[in-house]
Amino acid sequence: MNQSARWKYLLILTAIVLSTFFVMPNFYGESPAIQIMPLKSGEKIDASLLQSIETILEKSEIQNTGLILESFHIKVKLKTAEEQLKAKSLIQKALGNQYVVALNLISNSPNWLSNIGALPMYLGLDLRGGVHFLMQVDLSTALEKSTASYLGQFRTALRKEKIGYYDATKDNDVMQIKFKSKAELNKGKNIIRGINDNFDFKEIFVNDEIILKVIISEQTKKSIREFAIKQNLETLNNRVNELGVAEPLIQQQGLDRIVIQLPGVQDTAKAKEILGRTATLEMRMVNESNFNRDIFEEGNEDQIPVNSEIFSDRFGNSVLVNKEVILTGERITNAGPGVDGQTGQSIVSITFDAEGASIFKQVTRDNIGKKIALLLIEKNLTEIVTAPVIKAEIGGGRVQITGMNNTQEATDVALLLRAGSLAAPMEIIEERTVGPSMGKENISRGVQSTLWGFVAIIIMMAVYYMFFGVISVITLSVNLLFLVALLSALQATLTLPGLAAIALTLGMAIDSSVLINERIRDEIRNGNTPQASISMGYKMAWGTILDSNITTMIAGLALFMFGSGPIKGFAVVLVLGILTSMFSAIFVSRAIVNYIYGNKRQKSKLSIGEIFKVDNN
Amino acid sequence: MEIFRVKKDIPFMKYSKISAVISTTTFILAVFFIVVRGLNLGVDFTGGTMMEVSYPEAANIEDIRKTLQKIDLKDSQVQNFGNEEDVLIRLPIRKDLSISDLSEKVSTALKLSNNSMEVMRVESVGSQVGDELYENGALAVLFVFIGIMLYLTMRFEWRFAIAAIIANLHDVIIILGFFALFQWEFNLTVLAAVLAVLGYSVNESVVVFDRVRENFRKMRKRNVPEIINNAITRTMSRTIMTHLSTQTVVISMLIFGGEILHNFALALTIGILFGIYSSIMVGCPIAMWLGTNQTNLAIFNPERKKENKEL
Repeated sequence: MNQSARWKYLLILTAIVLSTFFVMPNFYGESPAIQIMPLKSGEKIDASLLQSIETILEKSEIQNTGLILESFHIKVKLKTAEEQLKAKSLIQKALGNQYVVALNLISNSPNWLSNIGALPMYLGLDLRGGVHFLMQVDLSTALEKSTASYLGQFRTALRKEKIGYYDATKDNDVMQIKFKSKAELNKGKNIIRGINDNFDFKEIFVNDEIILKVIISEQTKKSIREFAIKQNLETLNNRVNELGVAEPLIQQQGLDRIVIQLPGVQDTAKAKEILGRTATLEMRMVNESNFNRDIFEEGNEDQIPVNSEIFSDRFGNSVLVNKEVILTGERITNAGPGVDGQTGQSIVSITFDAEGASIFKQVTRDNIGKKIALLLIEKNLTEIVTAPVIKAEIGGGRVQITGMNNTQEATDVALLLRAGSLAAPMEIIEERTVGPSMGKENISRGVQSTLWGFVAIIIMMAVYYMFFGVISVITLSVNLLFLVALLSALQATLTLPGLAAIALTLGMAIDSSVLINERIRDEIRNGNTPQASISMGYKMAWGTILDSNITTMIAGLALFMFGSGPIKGFAVVLVLGILTSMFSAIFVSRAIVNYIYGNKRQKSKLSIGEIFKVDNN
Repeated sequence: MEIFRVKKDIPFMKYSKISAVISTTTFILAVFFIVVRGLNLGVDFTGGTMMEVSYPEAANIEDIRKTLQKIDLKDSQVQNFGNEEDVLIRLPIRKDLSISDLSEKVSTALKLSNNSMEVMRVESVGSQVGDELYENGALAVLFVFIGIMLYLTMRFEWRFAIAAIIANLHDVIIILGFFALFQWEFNLTVLAAVLAVLGYSVNESVVVFDRVRENFRKMRKRNVPEIINNAITRTMSRTIMTHLSTQTVVISMLIFGGEILHNFALALTIGILFGIYSSIMVGCPIAMWLGTNQTNLAIFNPERKKENKEL
């Protein structure tokens, strides 16, 4: 009657062994490490960098305990925190400002564990310390910018085709053009269609006025918004890189929000400054006169002409540019990589807004044959993105820059041009900062609560239910093992409320065992044999266990769906805890009981504590 | 060891009228406090900034207040947090200052007046985020109520579902009543506790109702109050042991969990204590008065029979 199938024992043993592996990384602790990544996010790293880092460390006699090369960064494991700081400044100095060197911590768990995917639990910001920002992106501004840019293009095109109109205005994202005649309206409409086919039109004829309303289609609006968010994400990625955070998280949330999590960042003022900064893109003319490169490269700065400055481009070549700024990045509404239809060369196309277009037209007309430089200025770092030759006068606000070697380069340049400015302004609408000592304190608080609660339960159960209580405690321990293993395996974010939920689910999980034990006592009380009582006890308790766990599960799911941040962490643990506790109460505890009592034919008494006989009339 | 050495069933239902008066009174009192005193909502819901700062020695609250007044933040609240060294500062939303500038301004000023100050934690929530969290919280509570009702209606029947949900509502209102009366801060973590209590305390009703249903099948000759009394009495030991275990963990949280988990644990404590009372003295009488009996409670439930076979 009370025998479990062999596969059940096997299943439980496998689960326990696997869980043990997944729990193990949590006990190895962490080593100080430094992480080296290129300043521009997404840039790959090659093995030669690894070599040079190794030589730098060898020279200064800093012993590393492991070098890890990953596609976007290199991690160096070190012995002490002092060496970590020393190595950081040494490597930063040697590699220059094209690379970011950040402090990090690496788990000490052996490689074979990491190889099977066993990692320590992923701690939330409230446990490891750091900053969380939620930023609201003002998409209406992005839409307005685009509308203004379209309107500028229309004006230029209409003028070019010599189509008469009185005025062209806009109200939010609806444009309105007053034409002189219906014929001209129709021509104008065709021209606008030629620029972009994604507009809806509405013709209004009242009081002798001939008005064409141009409405940006919902689809286009959607893509404008998506583009704005994407560009802001790119910009933020680049800026966060500069902060030197080892494992940042930058993510879109909902339609118009961006979450930024910077673990370990203490200097919130600096973080805010960098995130909120507007990097500027400038267009300036290249000064090609009176410049003797050889003299400059010997370090003779006197040779730089007045009103000029010298900067290097992406390949390290020095370029002399005028101090006078022709245009700034604010005038750029879009930049994207492409291919020239005629030559097949990679190009970058830039779109200016109305004012930018007219300035650019004038400058190009006056400077045919000369070079114009695009400079990206971020904080104290100025770089010449590209310096193409002006071949002809360019009107209409759309510019193509040729001379890119391949599509990758075109993409990079386009990214840089866009990254220069934010497509839409952003505002921090939520900030949560947790200091490092607070994080450590929170961990110890959560662990202590769980530990002492657990100890108290062990004592209570053993005293009240004797041997069956011990089985309940073993079940509960296995449950804890499963829960921590699942949390580690899923890499779910563990927060302080999550730690509280571990403690709470332990307290609740014992309910299943209590239900079973009480049922067995009931059956014995009713005069059943021990074996029958065990069997009936489990059978009768099952339905109740299921019912009561499902109701708690409903609450857990609601918290998961509607909760955010730390509360979501609570919900994840609660839901997982319910699952593991049901599995352990039903499978594990039954298997233990069966293993001990199942083979004995007639057991006269169960060690389940004193049973009081009642009158059952 | 057995705590409950009762020979005869305790006639709980005999006291149901008295308990109804008690429950109604506490319920009305709780509602009264919620309405009159209101909940002391944390920045999660109201928006605003909360900063926890720590000093190596006992903090000088007066100094901090003066410093804040100097930078034109008169409407800030300053109080000790847990111990003498830690201070909690709350600042309402300002129209002229963004939330990120506000916390920076405060920490700069405090650092200037005492360089050993350390910012432990900042929570700044903009008003629109606060409104959303409030809305989502209400939605979550609603979702849980409806979900539990549906499940209980499916598993038992609507009378039990209504009885259990009223018992639950009673618990939740009383938790809120306590928070209103003592003006304990009600934040997101406390809301999580309330929802956990919702799920957890329904367990209690489920266990008793399960027994009631079983008794209806077994004790056909007894009347409804007797059957309910027997169910409650026979599940008493389990009730006490389970709640004792959970409460033990919660007490451990109260002792070791620090200030952040304090109100969370308080809400759980109230929820657990009143959960026991309400499932017995609120849930059961209501189920009885709604007319639960042998005929309307599925005596033969094929689904349950199937489950039993599997074990």
